[in-house]
Amino acid sequence: MRGLGRVLLTLAGLLLVWQIVVTLGELPPYILPDPLAVAASLWRNAGMLLGHAGVTALEILMGMVLGTLLGCSSALALSYSRRARRWLLPVLIASQAIPVFAIAPLLVLWLGYGLGSKIAMALLIIYFPVTANFYDGLRHTPRGWLDLARVMLPEPRRWAVLRHIAIPAALPALGSGLRVAAAIAPIGAVLGEWVGSSAGLGYLMLHANSRMQVDLMFAALLVLAALAVGLYFIVDASLKRWLPWHPATPETSETD
Amino acid sequence: MTPAPLAVSLRAARLVYGGLILFDGLDLALAGGCFTCLLGPSGIGKTSLLRLLAGLTAIGISGELRGDDGLPLTGRVAYMAQQDLLLPWLNVLDNVTLGSRLRGEHPDRERALHLLAQVGLADCALARPDTLSGGMRQRAALARTLMEDRPVVLMDEPFSGLDALTRLRLQALAAELLAGRTVLLVTHDPLEALRLGDHVLVMNGRPATLSTLPDLPGVPPRDPGDPAVQAAYRAILRLLGAV
Repeated sequence: MRGLGRVLLTLAGLLLVWQIVVTLGELPPYILPDPLAVAASLWRNAGMLLGHAGVTALEILMGMVLGTLLGCSSALALSYSRRARRWLLPVLIASQAIPVFAIAPLLVLWLGYGLGSKIAMALLIIYFPVTANFYDGLRHTPRGWLDLARVMLPEPRRWAVLRHIAIPAALPALGSGLRVAAAIAPIGAVLGEWVGSSAGLGYLMLHANSRMQVDLMFAALLVLAALAVGLYFIVDASLKRWLPWHPATPETSETD
Repeated sequence: MTPAPLAVSLRAARLVYGGLILFDGLDLALAGGCFTCLLGPSGIGKTSLLRLLAGLTAIGISGELRGDDGLPLTGRVAYMAQQDLLLPWLNVLDNVTLGSRLRGEHPDRERALHLLAQVGLADCALARPDTLSGGMRQRAALARTLMEDRPVVLMDEPFSGLDALTRLRLQALAAELLAGRTVLLVTHDPLEALRLGDHVLVMNGRPATLSTLPDLPGVPPRDPGDPAVQAAYRAILRLLGAV
């Protein structure tokens, strides 16, 4: 509860600073509306905002699910097969070198103005952190556990070791990747909406901006922030619940 | 329940580490069904020798390893390390039956529960390892080692991370439960070796050589205060140059 109190206090402080800037700077509402005007707009347009938020949330969720599936399969392939490492690793690095911003117009061209291009954007933006973190976890299975498995198995069974030891051991690392993904997936979706769309919070913000409805723009921004923060906390809480163990690494003793 | 005793011989073992010959042409024989302790200072290559016996080969180490039936040891060895190596996402029972699940067999839960009762963890079968004390975790590791039911058991300083009283209790437990198997216990604690070993080997020098201590009277686990144990303790300390 003390944490919640701190959050509320910080929010109140920010709102106060906002109001002071508007009052002292004598800013017109079409440059920076005061908090009350934004709140009024939020209330007035609640239904419409909710509709657009639903579209954006769907894009983010689909992007998260597909990006996580693709990222996990890539990481598994990378750790399982040397050939995959040789062919997929450069692609993975290249996927990070090309900014998603740069190919957003192409994605809209190829996948259309609907959900598809936004899901692809969210997917692309989270693919690297998910893959890189999970792969890293898979590569660093504590040696003691692998030794134990090797003595237990009369003949090597890579899949059994992967399934019973390496994958569970890498889950905390995947968890870090998913936390990053939850924080950046909304960027992908909104970016896609800016480039070309007919629904979603990003679309609404552009639309409001071009009509000087700055209060509505801020209202949409607040809803987007709430969405992103909510997503992060849900992911974080689920990970804490399902992966309660620490990434405990038994020290590996060298020759003694 | 214990498998038939199997004697083990390692011939011409050689370890080169960082350009340094730690041992070369080393021969080691483990008598079938006996508890052998390998004693030596840190960094002498004890762990490497044990890993070689366990089939955990690495660059720079080699040797001819065989059971006395002439067959390789693969699949007939159980291994217990200094760390308990319990998997934190599995409860104690699932940790004990890890071997069968890795091999794709159906785990024998009855036997696992029986072994957990033998090591004094009957009430902790469903507990997560991180809720257990260090001594209890090492007990669970001992149950997992016994669950493998192999004729040869290799242990690498399994009790060195424990407090003195817990260590004494676990030594007694290990001596009782491992009786009849061919055991090699690597340790740097002379008292532990004298308490547990039917035979005690001392590894010393560079390149290292093995020497066998005269067998002590009595059946392990011996009383650490026994005059014969104390006399042998002093002899070892002199041999290793500690006094």
